[in-house]
Amino acid sequence: MLLIDCPYCGAARPEIEFRHGGEAHVARPRDPSALDDAAWAEFLYFRANPKGLAAERWRHVAGCGRFFNAIRDTVSDRFVCTYPAGEPRPDVESASVGASA
Amino acid sequence: MIASLRTVSGGRIDRNKPVRFTFDGRTYQGFAGDTLASALLANGVKLFGRSYKYHRPRGVISVGPEEPNALVGVSRGPGRFTPNLRATQVEIVDGLDAKSQNRWPSLDFDLGAVNSLFAPLFSAGFYYKTFMGPNLFGKNWAWTHLFEPVVRNAAGLGDAPSDPDPDAYAQFYEHCDVLVVGGGPAGVAAALAAGASGARVIFCDEQAEFGGTLLSETQATIDGASAPAWLARQFAALAAMPNVRLMPRTQAFGYYAQNFLGLCEVVSEAERLANPDAPRERQWQVRAKEVVLACGAIERPLVFPDNDRPGVMLAEAARVYLNRYGVKVGRRVVVATAHDSAYRAALDLEAAGVEIARIVDLRAAADGEWPRAARKLGIEVTTGARIAGVRGRLCVKAAAVASAQGVEWIGCDALLVSGGWTPSVHLYSQSRGKVVWDAEREIFVPGVSVQRERSAGACKGVFALDRVLRDGAVAGHEAAARAGFSAQGPVANFDVAGAPESSGGLLGDATPSRGAKGKAFVDFQNDVCASDIRLAVREGMRSIEHVKRYTTTGMATDQGKLSNMNALAIAANALNAPLPKVGLTTFRQPYTPVTFGAFAGASRGDLFDPVRRTPIHEWAEDQGAEFEDVGLWKRAWYFSREGENMHAAVARECRQVRESVGLFDASTLGKIEVVGPDAAAFMEKLYTNPWAKLEPGRCRYGLMLNEAGFIIDDGVIARMAPDRFHVTTTTGGAPRVLHHMEDYLQTEFPEMKVWLTSTTEQWAVIAVQGPRARDLIAPFVEGVDLSREALPHMSVREGRICDVETRLMRVSFTGELGFEINVPPDSARAVWETLWAEGRKYHVVAYGTEAMHVLRAEKGYIIVGQDTDGTMTPADAGLEWAVGKAKKDFVGKRSLSRPDIVAPNRKQLVGLLTDDPILMPLEGEQIVAVANPTKGSHAIGHVTSAYASPTLKRSIALAVVENGRARMGEKVFVAAEGRTMPVTICDTVFWDKKGARLDA
Repeated sequence: MLLIDCPYCGAARPEIEFRHGGEAHVARPRDPSALDDAAWAEFLYFRANPKGLAAERWRHVAGCGRFFNAIRDTVSDRFVCTYPAGEPRPDVESASVGASA
Repeated sequence: MIASLRTVSGGRIDRNKPVRFTFDGRTYQGFAGDTLASALLANGVKLFGRSYKYHRPRGVISVGPEEPNALVGVSRGPGRFTPNLRATQVEIVDGLDAKSQNRWPSLDFDLGAVNSLFAPLFSAGFYYKTFMGPNLFGKNWAWTHLFEPVVRNAAGLGDAPSDPDPDAYAQFYEHCDVLVVGGGPAGVAAALAAGASGARVIFCDEQAEFGGTLLSETQATIDGASAPAWLARQFAALAAMPNVRLMPRTQAFGYYAQNFLGLCEVVSEAERLANPDAPRERQWQVRAKEVVLACGAIERPLVFPDNDRPGVMLAEAARVYLNRYGVKVGRRVVVATAHDSAYRAALDLEAAGVEIARIVDLRAAADGEWPRAARKLGIEVTTGARIAGVRGRLCVKAAAVASAQGVEWIGCDALLVSGGWTPSVHLYSQSRGKVVWDAEREIFVPGVSVQRERSAGACKGVFALDRVLRDGAVAGHEAAARAGFSAQGPVANFDVAGAPESSGGLLGDATPSRGAKGKAFVDFQNDVCASDIRLAVREGMRSIEHVKRYTTTGMATDQGKLSNMNALAIAANALNAPLPKVGLTTFRQPYTPVTFGAFAGASRGDLFDPVRRTPIHEWAEDQGAEFEDVGLWKRAWYFSREGENMHAAVARECRQVRESVGLFDASTLGKIEVVGPDAAAFMEKLYTNPWAKLEPGRCRYGLMLNEAGFIIDDGVIARMAPDRFHVTTTTGGAPRVLHHMEDYLQTEFPEMKVWLTSTTEQWAVIAVQGPRARDLIAPFVEGVDLSREALPHMSVREGRICDVETRLMRVSFTGELGFEINVPPDSARAVWETLWAEGRKYHVVAYGTEAMHVLRAEKGYIIVGQDTDGTMTPADAGLEWAVGKAKKDFVGKRSLSRPDIVAPNRKQLVGLLTDDPILMPLEGEQIVAVANPTKGSHAIGHVTSAYASPTLKRSIALAVVENGRARMGEKVFVAAEGRTMPVTICDTVFWDKKGARLDA
């Protein structure tokens, strides 16, 4: 079971308190009607699904209830960092160096 | 009668405590401290089971969890039956009842053994080849009707228990600084070092007694003491450390992410006798700061013809049976080895009076200290030789030794083998570490640590006892230091004598090139032979992962503990590729099988799932309601009266609602309070409907889509105030809807000032439905004008009922005049009973969810999740009217103009009337265009709801049909096994199409 740092609660809590929310930083277009079908399909269905570091959304559903983002290595499951929703994706390379195994 | 093979003295069994047990109905005696395997071997039992595929007679080959053959079912009374236990791990207790497996009618005479005659059928990949045809009567006919029933019956291991398990199983979460896995010399040294630092240490071992190989050590001394004496001293020290928890009988079965390990503890019989409430097993989920893996190594068998005969055993296992359990595995043995360590076993057996007929060394020369000692003692050693075959079906009688001098048969009653040692890298590999190939010693050893762990001792390829102890101490020190505990003094040194280094090893097929006949087994449990692996390679398998799946090698409960390395070497040899190139199969959890009980823990019976009950629940129980599960809720399904079946009860409930009035417990409806200055703007985004102009005091049916434009929920929504909405959701959908709302509020529209609160359990809901509904509630309502004009359909008021605050809604899910009375749950039962008593005047009925479903279907009201399936748009469901056309944006709007969504011929919700009003289609049945569709023709839709309608006195159904709304009046057919049923497409509203009753 993974331990996940909730950036709002400031504590590492077990995975069962959280719910995964898909890829992070996929903002809903401000005016969806302005998008053509291809662009809308891109927003709806196309995700990066990287092997390695991925930014993804989590919600501390059995805790504070808030959404936040995390950088997780999809190969090792290692969490590099978590950060509040709305903040830009951190510079992962330098964050990666600072994190312990 | 075979005389006992028990030694006169020695071993760690308690000869003062005899234990009686049965095996296949026969009673035997052993001693406390025996395993089932050691006790049976002491009684001269050689035959333990039958093999999986060929039903070959099999004996015990090992002494630990790697045992592939000696699998037994153990019964401890009704419901207390566990199949597939390894006899090498079962501690005997008085009255234990064990059974051999995979044989019929008996172990000695097994009819399944005829499979051996059909061996050519069972070659590698036989699952894929043999059972492919013939398709005489349709696709897969042969598999379904001929092969599967036979294979299911003949193959497989033990029987699944059929009674509920009366024992309890416990689960614990635990944290520690250092977890030491494995109680052998490396583990002991590690635990001592870590314990001395003050760190919280958990030290576990799968056996009843800690010590590992030290428990069977007779020659070596440590710091001047014999190994057992040294061990006793160390355990006294460990037991005195309050920060160290010793956990015997505890298998670390899984290494998961972030140093999370799964441990399974078998509770000892002694503890269970002392405490009858003790569980049978405890599962520990341990989060360790640092881990020391001291898992040891497993001896490999040799691959030669008939190497599976009972009496063929690993050399070190024979030594352990002798030294630890006081059991001689034979009287005259032949030893075949490629490793020095088997000589040590031979020497111990010789000293105990066992005749060593010959040591056959597969290597060209054997010059280590142990071989020299054996020769010195006069034991005959033949080097450069191999075993060409074995005589004796139920027990070894002779072994054929093939050397340059030809083939010589040597009589023996046990054949001890050793192909060298394989480090147990399972847990390291589960931690996602990558093993490294040591080409010189031909072993895989742990590479770089991925998690906070280190291996020590034999599991990392360190074998000599002095170095093992030192390695363990270093690991324990380092682990404690990394966990933040400074070491007490330097790392301990151990003065070891009498344990010289041994070396050797051989991988792959050891069958001599000439004079050999018979099956050479690689995987005993799955009956995979060397020839099967070579066949798999010939047939195109290149990776060991493919070879594994094609031959099933390494796939049984032992997970290839004995077979993997030999299989890999044979495959590499056949491929003419270096071994590491062929690859090692992935090690997965669990290391050994874990019972379902340990995983289920307390989550069974009443505690399997939480149960949600409404405040009206007990009343409904008293009235004889049947309940159905809806999510976690228990909902009253129908209320039968004496002698009434479900159909009659539902029909009566429906009729009374339509004729007079009914009470329905709608408390399970999901409720969410949406509050804030931007509440209306938020609702505009989340629902398809317009909300801005909805007056406070009015209700509206709300439809929720996901961003792809598909319906995910619906419900009546009341505007309580300009900044406050009372949202209802489907019973099962409430958490999902709240999550969906929170998602958008927090991440897409964070600037909106809105607060969301689940109020599902803050309001109990009593639905009062029927023409007399107003008459029934009127006497109890204060502060609300209930008249048709003042409180029209789809409106809400706050007031009081029975002197309790209420949000009183005039809404209907039946098509009748109706009210939904929201009251605080504590008062709900009293309000309900007051209305019930008053209702006698009006012939009131309490109705359940089944009648509710019928009534709503008669009106064509959909149930999201039943009439919709996650691919339905508002237009598909006939709900375009609920979509605010003028709205610029809402979640899902843009998708409603996607090409696939506006394409013609989408499935649309329609009504169906069967030509024969008595016939009823079934939910889920397919709809076809013609009465007798040709095979493979395409379904144009399916039935989503179907009921016997008491109101219309006929069956009614809802369905989705391609382009259905343009097909009104068209005849189509509901297809099911063996029949088609003609039906006519109609409107979804079957009753009161104009809605006059609603407005009453």
